Amino acid sequence: MQRLVVGAGYGLKDWLAQRITGIVMAVFTLIMFAAALGGAMSSREAWQAFMANGFIRFLSFLFIVSLCWHAWVGIRDIWMDYLNSAALRLFLHVMTLLALVGYAGWAIQIIWRL
Amino acid sequence: MTNANRTVQFKIYRYDPDQDAKPYMQDISVELESTDRKLLDAMVKLKAQDDSISFRRSCREGVCGSDAMNINGKNGLACLTAMDSFPEGKPIVLRPLPGLPVIRDLIVDMTQFFKQYNSIKPYLINNDPPPERERLQSPEDREELNGLYECILCACCSTACPSFWWNPDKFVGPAGLLAAYRFIADTRDQATNERLDNLEDPYRLFRCHTIMNCVDVCPKGLNPTKAIGKIKEMMVRRAV
Repeated sequence: MQRLVVGAGYGLKDWLAQRITGIVMAVFTLIMFAAALGGAMSSREAWQAFMANGFIRFLSFLFIVSLCWHAWVGIRDIWMDYLNSAALRLFLHVMTLLALVGYAGWAIQIIWRL
Repeated sequence: MTNANRTVQFKIYRYDPDQDAKPYMQDISVELESTDRKLLDAMVKLKAQDDSISFRRSCREGVCGSDAMNINGKNGLACLTAMDSFPEGKPIVLRPLPGLPVIRDLIVDMTQFFKQYNSIKPYLINNDPPPERERLQSPEDREELNGLYECILCACCSTACPSFWWNPDKFVGPAGLLAAYRFIADTRDQATNERLDNLEDPYRLFRCHTIMNCVDVCPKGLNPTKAIGKIKEMMVRRAV
């Protein structure tokens, strides 16, 4: 029997998280622009010194996590909008989540080894 | 284009499931008099000319919401659309509201739309015994209902919403959510928590991605997106 079921009882946290992570990314982007204007990208040494700063490490980590979290909600929304098969949706949700967690670790490793 | 008699071209979506294998667009022209000011007037003339053309209509003044249709690509009410708002020399293209099953010509099956409307319990829930005269509100509390209660359920907004096109069985849609907020905002209603619980769902409420097609087409000038935003705001206030 195929009865339609709705009422998962979640959604607010994802919606809110998407907005908050968006703000984090916007702030980080502005800081990066300011840093570029201030000469942090003028040479490899300057860039390394900039990225070694504890506060920038903290922010860049937040940025990567925000980016992946934001992408998770957005990509999941696309699967929910356009795919009708629950099995396919579940598969793609899991794949998206695994890929994003992997990307987050990889991105942080790249940025922190600078 | 306002005074003398004139001929106006139409392109109308035609489909009679008993006769047609598939829908087609019919070119038809009609002679209008200066008193035929609204699109609905022209359509009544069209109907007199070819009585097989089917569409819903009733009050002819934007109150009943029957004659909602897709006019030159945008949803609206035929009775509120002025004939002189159309560019001269181009045919007026009329199609049924998008996303709902077509019963015949411009008549759509609104069952899904009303199912969603019913799902938000569009009536006051108050378990206190009714007072002798009426349940009173302060003018400020009553003010909050302006822009919400005026909805005529014509379905222009919900059928302009891509989220409603893809998930009409799960997403409440702008019209239903506007009505939901009308009761959430009502200080006389006692089921606020249940109403918010009912909507806190990735499909029922959060399929709205705030593209504001609903605001763009509402013939009554209402703002479902704003109401949806207020529902989300109340959920945040309840949660933090």
